[in-house]
Amino acid sequence: MSTLTVVDSAEDAPRATQVDLRREFDEVGIGEVLDQLDRELIGLKPVKTRIREIASLLLIERIRKRMDLASGNPTLHMSFTGNPGTGKTTVALRIASILHKLGFVRRGQVVSVTRDELVGQYIGHTAPKTKEILKKAMGGVLFIDEAYYLHRPDNERDYGQEAIEILLQVMESQREDLVVILAGYGDRMDKFFGSNPGFRSRIAHHIDFPDYADDELLAISELMLGDMNYKFSADARAAFVRYIALRKAQPLFSNARSIRNALDRMRLRQANRLVADLDRVLSADDIMSLEASDVLASRVFSNGAGG
Amino acid sequence: MRITQGCFSFLPDLTDEQISKQVQYCLANGWAVNIEFTDDPHPRNSFWEMWGLPMFDLRDAAGVLMELTECRKVYGNSYIRLSAFDSSHGWESVRLSFIVNRPKEEPGFRLERHEMEGRNIRYTTKSYAVDRPEGQRYGGS
Repeated sequence: MSTLTVVDSAEDAPRATQVDLRREFDEVGIGEVLDQLDRELIGLKPVKTRIREIASLLLIERIRKRMDLASGNPTLHMSFTGNPGTGKTTVALRIASILHKLGFVRRGQVVSVTRDELVGQYIGHTAPKTKEILKKAMGGVLFIDEAYYLHRPDNERDYGQEAIEILLQVMESQREDLVVILAGYGDRMDKFFGSNPGFRSRIAHHIDFPDYADDELLAISELMLGDMNYKFSADARAAFVRYIALRKAQPLFSNARSIRNALDRMRLRQANRLVADLDRVLSADDIMSLEASDVLASRVFSNGAGG
Repeated sequence: MRITQGCFSFLPDLTDEQISKQVQYCLANGWAVNIEFTDDPHPRNSFWEMWGLPMFDLRDAAGVLMELTECRKVYGNSYIRLSAFDSSHGWESVRLSFIVNRPKEEPGFRLERHEMEGRNIRYTTKSYAVDRPEGQRYGGS
């Protein structure tokens, strides 16, 4: 594994006592977590690389601690930017369990909030509200979805600013108790960081989630179907490849989320098709498989043909 | 005179680390931890002032410690206690309560004797601290 070679060279310099890196690695169980990440998350190359880096750092940090080479906990606050449906929330959940396995957060729970849960409605409401959320997230990960809504540039008396200040303070002073992950669409997050430079500098890891390629989307859809105990027939699979290409060209395409919705609609059509013929005796296979007709009935195809 | 009420009060004062372990025990049992403070140390004074609301749904003691630090900043020279409330059916009451902060000097109590009809005597304990008005007990804060 590439990380191991990097790790070895870094280990050579302050060799106080011998460390069996392989054993440490197995003991913590990172390999398992990373493998799971590879298996269950399709694509997302930069994200996985970064997680791998963080995991290696945390492993080395553990060893260093044992050798009394203290260097303080690394800052683990992150920001996830990317288009809709690129898996920001999913990865946040995973990160929490990785950090928990490595012992960098004590509990590993994820508290997922948006502006509404942090910002109050009248003077004096915001601070207790934000603090309550922070207290709930202590020992775990605080995931702030669509973080840019915290800052309303058009209203300078907006209470969002108060929430931001409290967040910044806790992010700085209680780094070992809490990991904050901000998520949102790329351009708006950039604007948000632009007007709150304190945030940008306190966040060590800015991870950009790329859009999925066609084959990745197909793999995702098969993974999703597998989880729901469905499968594509060969024809349906071919039709779905065309579906993805057509759907991507249309407006408001939100990556994996659009795929999920498409699959849900196909399940409806499949159910409808099966129910239409009540006299038929169904096998488990019939109930599990989506046919080409379920895919092709989609509006995407008729629009594509028409326009 | 060092007042003793609640758990651990005959032990030396708990360190923050020990407090956080006790709090973690409470949270692991699903109890909600509450911070209260007072400057009236009478043992029968059961209603202390609340510092914020009881903290439900916490997972880690760090949240409670954060509030405790805030409370100490404001009421550092008063009594502060943590109480853990068990909301489960059949209990619905406080399961654990212990003092986490006390004034630098605790002046103690005096015994007052009321001479009643006949030669009867009734006894009252009074705290020296409450002779001063609220807010000025224990030398100012």
